[in-house]
Amino acid sequence: MKVTFPHMGNLYIPVRAILQELGLEVVVPPLPSKNSLNFGVKHSPEFACFPLKVNLGDFIEAHHRGADTVIMAGGIGPCRFGYYAEVQREILRDLGYELEMVVLEPPRGHLGELLEKIRRLTGKRSLRQVWAALQLGWEKFLAVDEVERLSHRVRPREGRRGSTTAAYRQALALIDQAGDIQETRSALARGEEILNNIPRKSGVSPVRIGLVGEIFMLLEPFANLHLEEALGELGAEVERSLYLSDWIKTHLFLDALRWKKKKESRVAEAAAPYLRHFVGGDGLDSVGNTVLYAQQGFDGVIQLMPFTCMPEIVAQSILPRVSQEKNIPVLTLILDEQSGEAGIRTRLEAFVDLLERRRTALAQEE
Amino acid sequence: MEVFLGIDVGSVSTKMTAIDRQKRVVTSTYMMTMGQPVKMIREGLRRIRAELPEGVRVSGVGTTGSGRQLAGVLVGADSVKNEITAHAVAALELVPAVQTILEIGGQDSKIILLNDGVVVDFAMNTVCAAGTGSFLDRQAARLNIPIESFGALALESRNPVRIAGRCAVFAESDMIHKQQMGHETKDIVRGLCQALVRNFLNNVAKGKDIRPPVLFQGGVASNVGMKRAFEEALGFEVTIPEQHRVMGAVGAALLAMEAALKTKTTNFRGFGVADLDFSTRTFECHDCANNCEIVEISMEKTLVARWGSRCGKWDYVEPREDRAAGGD
Repeated sequence: MKVTFPHMGNLYIPVRAILQELGLEVVVPPLPSKNSLNFGVKHSPEFACFPLKVNLGDFIEAHHRGADTVIMAGGIGPCRFGYYAEVQREILRDLGYELEMVVLEPPRGHLGELLEKIRRLTGKRSLRQVWAALQLGWEKFLAVDEVERLSHRVRPREGRRGSTTAAYRQALALIDQAGDIQETRSALARGEEILNNIPRKSGVSPVRIGLVGEIFMLLEPFANLHLEEALGELGAEVERSLYLSDWIKTHLFLDALRWKKKKESRVAEAAAPYLRHFVGGDGLDSVGNTVLYAQQGFDGVIQLMPFTCMPEIVAQSILPRVSQEKNIPVLTLILDEQSGEAGIRTRLEAFVDLLERRRTALAQEE
Repeated sequence: MEVFLGIDVGSVSTKMTAIDRQKRVVTSTYMMTMGQPVKMIREGLRRIRAELPEGVRVSGVGTTGSGRQLAGVLVGADSVKNEITAHAVAALELVPAVQTILEIGGQDSKIILLNDGVVVDFAMNTVCAAGTGSFLDRQAARLNIPIESFGALALESRNPVRIAGRCAVFAESDMIHKQQMGHETKDIVRGLCQALVRNFLNNVAKGKDIRPPVLFQGGVASNVGMKRAFEEALGFEVTIPEQHRVMGAVGAALLAMEAALKTKTTNFRGFGVADLDFSTRTFECHDCANNCEIVEISMEKTLVARWGSRCGKWDYVEPREDRAAGGD
C-alpha cells in the first residue's frame, strides 16, 4: 500500500510523520503548483469549489508517483466539502486511475466506523504503536503552528524582504526531518531561534490584521496567493483565526467525542448577535472571529473564500453590518484559479494603506 | 516654479499631470495606453515638458495605476501607490467633506467610502467587467454612436428599456434582442446606463452605505447618461470633478509631494528619460516549484529593476550612483 493525502498548508509534515510511524509507504504529492492545478482544473466540474480542484491535482500528481491509496477528510453539514471525496473518487475512476479512497469523517453517534477505517490503514500494528505515531504527529502539528505564528510576527519587522520566509522554510524543514518527539522539540527550538535572529527594523509598529474565512483558503498559501507573506511584506502583522492543530482538534476527532472547545463556544457567542446557527463550513466562525478581532483592537479583518462558497457567502453578506457596528474595516477576497495576482495585490496594498492612514487619524483624534 | 508630477498608467489609458506647490493642476494629458505603457509614459513626459513653462523644476514624481511599478522605475518615482489611495487623496483635496467616491475606469470600477477624511472601506469589481469603460466603448461602437455623444443621447430618452446588466455578455445579447424588437436607440442607450449603474450598486457597492457628498470620477464620468442614472438610483446629486479623467494622476502627484517634502529630495530621473532606451525581458525562474515569472527592466542596457519573484531573491539590483537629485 502506497498512501497519499491532499495538501493543506503544512499538513504534510505531521501527517507524513504519522503514516511513516505506522510503517506505511507514503507518497507526499509535490506542493500545489500551477502544474498540479492544471490537472485538477482540467478534470473537475467548472463550478466545483477551488479546494476540490487543488486536491484533485494533488491526487493525480501522487498517482503519477506511484500512490495507490488516498486518505481524504469528509464532512457533514451544508457545505459541499462533505461530498468532495465522493466526487473525487468518481472522477479518478473515470480517468481510469486505480486509487482507493479512505474517507475519514466525524462519525455520527458511534466511533466504530471511523475506527474501522483507521484499522484498514494501520493493519496489524498494536494500539500502542498507533498511539505513539499519533503522539509524534501531534507534536509536529503544534511545532509547525508555532513557527508559523512566529513568522507572522517577525515578517512585518524584517530588515530585508524575504528573510523571514526563508528562515520559516528552514524551520519547517527541520521539523519535517525530526525523527521522534525529542528531535521535534529541539527542531522547534532551533527554528524559533533562526526566526528570532533575523535582523529587524527598529521602531516599526505594524497594523494588525485578522484573517478569517474558509479553512482551505486560509491554510494553503498556494490557494491564497501567499497572502500572509504579501501582507507581512507590506508591513502588516497577521493573525489567523485557524491553525492546523485547531482544525484537528475540532473537526476530525473531538467533534466525534463531543468535546467542544472553549474557543469554539466563544466564537459562536461572539457571532450570536448577527448569526445564531451553523451555516456549514466556517461561515459562523468568520462572523464570530471578526467580532472577536474587533474587540481585541485589531486594525482590520480580511475574509478569504473560494468562488461560489456558500457558507462564506452567508458570512460575507453579514460582515458589512459587523464592520459598521464594530467599527472595523473588512475586506473580502474571493479566489479561484482565475484570480489575478496583480488585482489581489492592489487590493491588499490599498487595504494596508487604509488601515495605516485610519490608525494615524484615530491617534490624532485622541 | 516647481511642480510635482503624477503618472497614472491604467489598463486602457495613461494619465499624467503636473501640480504646483499650491496643489493646483498646471497641466495634464490623457492618452490611450494601447498596450504600450513604456512608449506612452515617454510620450506623456514629452507632452508635459512641452506644456510647462521654461525653468520649471520637478520636485517630486509619483505613480499609480496597474502600471505603477513599471512607471515608477522608468521615471524614478518618489511614491508608488495603488489607485485606491491615489483617487481618495485627490478627491479629499477637492471636496474635503467627500464621503463616497465612485470610480469607473477602463477595466475596473471601484467604490471608496470615507469618513472624516479617511478611507474606511473600499471595493473593486472582482469577477466582472460589465459596466466599465471598455464595455461602454464597445457597445457605442456596435450601435455606431461616437462614445462622446453616448451620454447625451441617453438623456433624450423618455422610455428607457430594461436591460439585463449582470454580465457583459448577457447585457450585449439582451441589447441586441431589444434592438431587434424595434426599440429606439436612445431608449436602449439609457436602459444600458441604468443597467450598468444597477450592476455597480448591486455588485461592487453591495452592502455599502453610500452617503453624500458623492464624487464620480474616472473616464466613464464623462458620460452624462451614467451620471444621471446614478443620481436617479441614489436619490441625490453626484458631483463630477473637472479633472475627473486624471484624478488618479492628481492623487499620485499629491502623494509625490507628500513623499518628496518628507525626504527633501526626489528620485526623478529627469525629462531626459523620454529619450532613453528602455527594454524589458521576462524569464521563468525554475529554482523552486513556484516557477515565478521574473521581469527585468533595463535602461540603456543597464539593469535597473527586477520583480516578480515570490522569495525576493531576484529583487535586488545594485544601486545606481548616477541618480540626479532634482529634475531639469
